[in-house]
This record gives sequence, C-alpha cells and structure tokens, in this order.
Amino acid sequence: MRRAYFKNNWIAAALVLPQLLIIFVFFYWPTSQAVFWSLTFEQPWGGGNDWAGLHHFRELLSDSLYWQSVRVSLVYAAGTTVLGMGLALILALFVDRQLRGYRQYRVGMIWPYAVAAPAIGLAFRYIFNPTAGVMAYVNQVWDGIWDPILTGWHAMAMIVIAGAWKNIAYNFIFFLAGLQSIPRSLIEASAMDGSGVMRRMRDIQLPLLTPTFFFILVINITDSFTDSFGIVDTMTNGGPARATNLMVYKIYVDGFEGQNYSSAAAQSVILMVLVILLTFVQFRYIERRVHYS
Amino acid sequence: MADISIRDVRKVYGKDEVIHGVNLAIHNGEFIVILGPSGCGKSTLLRMIAGLEDISGGEIAIAGTVVNDLEPRERGCAMVFQNYALYPHMTVGGNIGYALKVAGVKRAERDAKVRAVARSVGLEEFIDRKPGQLSGGQRQRVAMARAIIREPKVFLFDEPLSNLDAKLRVQMRHEIRRIHNRIGATSVFVTHDQHEGMTLADRMVIMNKGTIDQVGTPEEVYNRPATTYVAGFIGSPAMNFLSGEVRAGESAVALADGSRIALTPAAARAFDGRLVQIGLRPEALALCAPGEGALRARFDFYEEMGSDGLHHLMVEDVPLSVLSAHKQRMPEGQEVGVTVPPEVVHLFDVESGQRLEAGPGAVATIKRMEHAE
Ligand SMILES: Nc1ncnc2c1ncn2[C@@H]1O[C@H](COP(=O)(O)OP(=O)(O)O)[C@@H](O)[C@H]1O
Ligand SMILES: [Mg+2]
Repeated sequence: MRRAYFKNNWIAAALVLPQLLIIFVFFYWPTSQAVFWSLTFEQPWGGGNDWAGLHHFRELLSDSLYWQSVRVSLVYAAGTTVLGMGLALILALFVDRQLRGYRQYRVGMIWPYAVAAPAIGLAFRYIFNPTAGVMAYVNQVWDGIWDPILTGWHAMAMIVIAGAWKNIAYNFIFFLAGLQSIPRSLIEASAMDGSGVMRRMRDIQLPLLTPTFFFILVINITDSFTDSFGIVDTMTNGGPARATNLMVYKIYVDGFEGQNYSSAAAQSVILMVLVILLTFVQFRYIERRVHYS
Repeated sequence: MADISIRDVRKVYGKDEVIHGVNLAIHNGEFIVILGPSGCGKSTLLRMIAGLEDISGGEIAIAGTVVNDLEPRERGCAMVFQNYALYPHMTVGGNIGYALKVAGVKRAERDAKVRAVARSVGLEEFIDRKPGQLSGGQRQRVAMARAIIREPKVFLFDEPLSNLDAKLRVQMRHEIRRIHNRIGATSVFVTHDQHEGMTLADRMVIMNKGTIDQVGTPEEVYNRPATTYVAGFIGSPAMNFLSGEVRAGESAVALADGSRIALTPAAARAFDGRLVQIGLRPEALALCAPGEGALRARFDFYEEMGSDGLHHLMVEDVPLSVLSAHKQRMPEGQEVGVTVPPEVVHLFDVESGQRLEAGPGAVATIKRMEHAE
C-alpha cells in the first residue's frame, strides 16, 4: 500500500494540534489538577493550599461512608453487568438462530446505547415512580409493594435495571457479532455429531464466545463505575439513606455540595486508577486474545 | 449399513430451483462419487441427505426409512466437511470423542475408543493437541476419525481433500478408500476433481446444473459418456469436438471442410443424415503425414506432459489436441494429418447433446438415471 508522507512537518503538526489541545484541556489538565488537589488542602473559596501528602487518601480509607459507597458501587456493577450481559446473551442466541446472515437491523439495535444516561434516568424515573408511573398501578393492587423512595434495595434495583437497559443493546450487538463469526460448519458438525440446540450452545457457541464475553465484561464494569452518574442523579440522588450513593455520585456530592474539594479529588483519583486498571486488563487481554488456530 | 434412495428430489432457495428433481439409487456399501463443477448443486444434494438442508420436494430414504423430516442426528450419517470443521477449543481427542460424549458414553469406554480410532488414522500421539497445532493433513485425519468413531450407516464427504496439497491429496485419497474397504459403510463423496472421483468411485454421478447427466462406473463414464457435457468434463486433457453430418453411403461423418471421419457401418446406418457432434479423445488420435489420415490440420503449439506430448492443432478454426508418446515439435502453421480409428469416435446429437450409439448395448438412452426402485 502507498503511504502519504507530509513533506512539510508543519502541516502534520497543524493537523494534530487540535486533537492534542482537546486531550490536554479536557483530560491531562483536569487530571493533573485532581491529583494535585488530592495531595493538598484545597480551600473552598480559593486561596493558598498546603501540602497534605496522602492524608486525604488515608482519611478516605478509614471512612465507613466511603466503604459503604464502594460496596453499593460493587453491587451496582455486579447487578448491571449480570443483568445487562445475561439478557443480551439470551437475546443474541435467539436472534442468531433465527436471523443468520441479516446484518442491517443491527444498526437499529445500537440506539439505546447512544441515549444519554440522564435521559434514560428520566424515562425510568417515570416508569418506576411509585405514585405516578407504571409501578403506581402495581402499588394500587398491592399497597406499598414498591417504594424506591423509602426502601433502599428498591432504589438500587431501579438504577440497576436502568443501567442494564442502557447496555443491553451494546452487549447484544457484540454478542451477536461474536456468534455470527462462529463458522456455520462448526454448528453443523456438532449437529451431525448428535447434539441438539441447547447442547450446541453449551459445547460450541458459548466456549467460542469467551473472548467477546471478557471484552464486554470489562466494558460493562468500567461503564458502571463511570457512566452511572446521570442515572443516579436523575432517579435517586444517591438515596434513600445513601443506598444508591455510588462512588461517582459521591464525588459530586462531596465536591460540589459538601465543598470538600480535596476529598472529592482523592476519590476521583481512586476511581480513575480503578478504570485505568480495568482498561489495562482489557488491553492485555485483547493483546493475548485466545488463539484457536 | 444402508442403501440410500433419492426420488425426484428438488431444492429451492427463494425463487431459484438449484436441484431439479434428481433420482438416484445408492446401494448398500457402495462408494459413490458425485462429480461436477463448482455451483452445480453437489453440496446441496449431499447436505439434503445429511439433514443440514430442508428437502424442497421429493423424498430421501436411508435404509428404507424416509428421512425428510428427521433431524441430522436421527439419520445415522457422519460427515466430513471441506474445511474440516474441527472444534477449535477442544483437543484432538475431544473432537474425535465428542459424538460419544453427546451420546452419553462413559468416560473410560469413550477414551479407549478414541484412542483406538486415533491410532487407526495415525493420530495417537496428537491426541492432546488442539486442532490449531496440527498440519492440514493431520486435521483431515481428525475429521475422518470423528466420522469413523460413530460407526455410521452412511459416510458423507464434501470435498474433504480440496484444501490439501497435491501429494497429500493423493495419499489421503488412498487412505479414504482403504478405510471404506475396511469399514464397508455406504459412502457419498462430493468433488469437482475428476481424478479424485475416478480413483475413489465404485460408481460416479455426474451432475450438471442441478440435474444428473450420467451415473456409471468410472470406465462407463469415460468410455461411453452419455452427453457432450459429461464427455467434455471427464477425461484429461479434455475431449475434442467437431461437428458434421452422418452419411450412411460413405459410412462416415462429413465435416464442413470436406474431410470425412469414418464410422462403424452400424453407426452410420443408424444415424444417417443426422447433424452430430463428434467427440474425439486426444489420446485416441495420432499424428501422421499431411494428406494422410482422416483430418487435415495445422500445428499450433506443443505442450510437454512428461511421458506424453500434447500436440495442439487447428482444424480450420476449431482447436484439436492429440496426445501421443511420440512427441513431435513442429513449427507453427505446419500442415499435419490426423488418423482417427472408427471405433474411437463418440457421436452426440447436436440439439440435445445426448450420446448416439447403435447396436446392442446402445447407451443412447443411458442419460438420466434408472429410477430408484
Ligand atoms: N443458502 C443458499 N441460498 C441461496 N442459494 C444457494 C445457497 N446455497 C447454495 N446456493 C446455490 O445453489 C447452487 C448450488 O450450490 P452448491 O450445492 O453449493 O454447489 P457445489 O457444491 O456443486 O459447488 C449454487 O448456484 C449456489 O449459488
Ligand atoms: Mg460445494
């Protein structure tokens, strides 16, 4: 293949500059600020900042409220991932059987992923509203069965469902693509070998889907840590009684409502390290993709 | 062990009919080769026997049972695929033993059997490897072993050797035939390679665009091709064709350039006045001095074939090749004669392409097929 080389390095630089600028302004600058803040005592209204070292981190790690937030974040991560991936996988297995070869409709399925989290939160807030929404009818029949405003695990279930719904379409597309890339002849060979539909799924399709599975798993967990803010903010505000106070939401509350910039900065650094670790795992995994042939 | 009976079977994809009412009776223990160019419907027919494709019309029976509505696993067939279709995440042993595992055979018994079958195809030392770590030939053996272990009533092969290099292909061909002789299961083998077909087949089925043109032993198909299509497809180098008119009075076919090709008197009498295609195998012809022999030709070019030489000539503007151990290189355009013994001439009707054969044992009607039962 022919490659184009820029004779003039100036042109290359000019083309790359906007990108670099954006990355710098929206990533490196705030990130370094957060790291700096997390290591100092930051005044709410500006002014001097004194060096704090790891003080904020030590304080966080001994704060039971922080650990409570970590706990609900893990519950949320597990819930959305299991629900979102499970349903997507089941759907993909069914669609793969029926629609082998059809590819166009997949584009339509990706849209929910493109819907912003707050919009999803608003939609589900209506659906799950105990007095005005769909669930209100259930409450009418069976008084008080559904009350996410007072009952912690109801609220958690609510945001888990909303979060899972957001990811199902995305997961589904990847699962379906993974299933469709399994050679048809393998399925046929196993049919000749005597296995039925379920057996084929278990022995052939699911094992061959593991690379896709791990990829989606990491994406989903990362997403549950970072992209859950909009859902919590619109649906529960972290309540009731911090039952849905996810790490990413707690950063916002502590920082912008509690004016505790340093602690919030330390929390975002921890979250960032978590996400970086997950991304690292993913790259490592993609690099060393299970090779079959 | 089972015979297979295919009655008026059709396959329709959407609006396209790709198999047009095929009839075929395969005997118990027979090695049948389905031969034809790519796209003629060989795989489709095979997959309908296997149960991997629905049968759009007609009936297929295996061992007397109509299998149209049976699942693949209920038909007792094993299949070897062109790309081997080995399970990439299982070991060689896992691949070979998978059918037994599905059937619920106990671990110990299964392992013993896997080992025995692996040994029989020379794979014993590779039993714990993944297919990805094997060569093409070894993968091919795994695919064979996976079929053998099931002790099927019917073996189905869909171009199983076409991904191998030439030498390995010949070797595996012999091995497949040996396995067939040992096991004796009915085998249906699809290929587009006539050499493969010739060497393997008890009987060959020549397919042409979704129909069967001829069924017969390799000798029959070579010696008495039922149509111009079969005649042109079987035999290498390919048969030469010239057109002319039968003249009973001269006991010959008259060609446009005025030359005469002698026929047996019986043939000439039977088809007097017919417009025909004459089929001449390159190996049945010989070169001679210009002016002698039945045909007058010009030398075009020479092709070395090892033991023989292939002499490409032009008869007017029709190409004609002569295969002979007596190799003669000549300048382009030089005149030569070609001798044509009467008994090597194949006659075909110009319109229908069907073989014209006079006298006892005439195969003019061999065409199509004896119907099943
Ligand atoms: N799934 C399918 N849908 C539509 N047409 C098909 C399908 N499979 C095969 N065909 C058509 O049927 C014809 C026969 O195909 P096939 O049996 O695979 O040929 P062969 O094995 O002789 O090369 C071809 O024209 C092919 O295009
Ligand atoms: Mg084919």
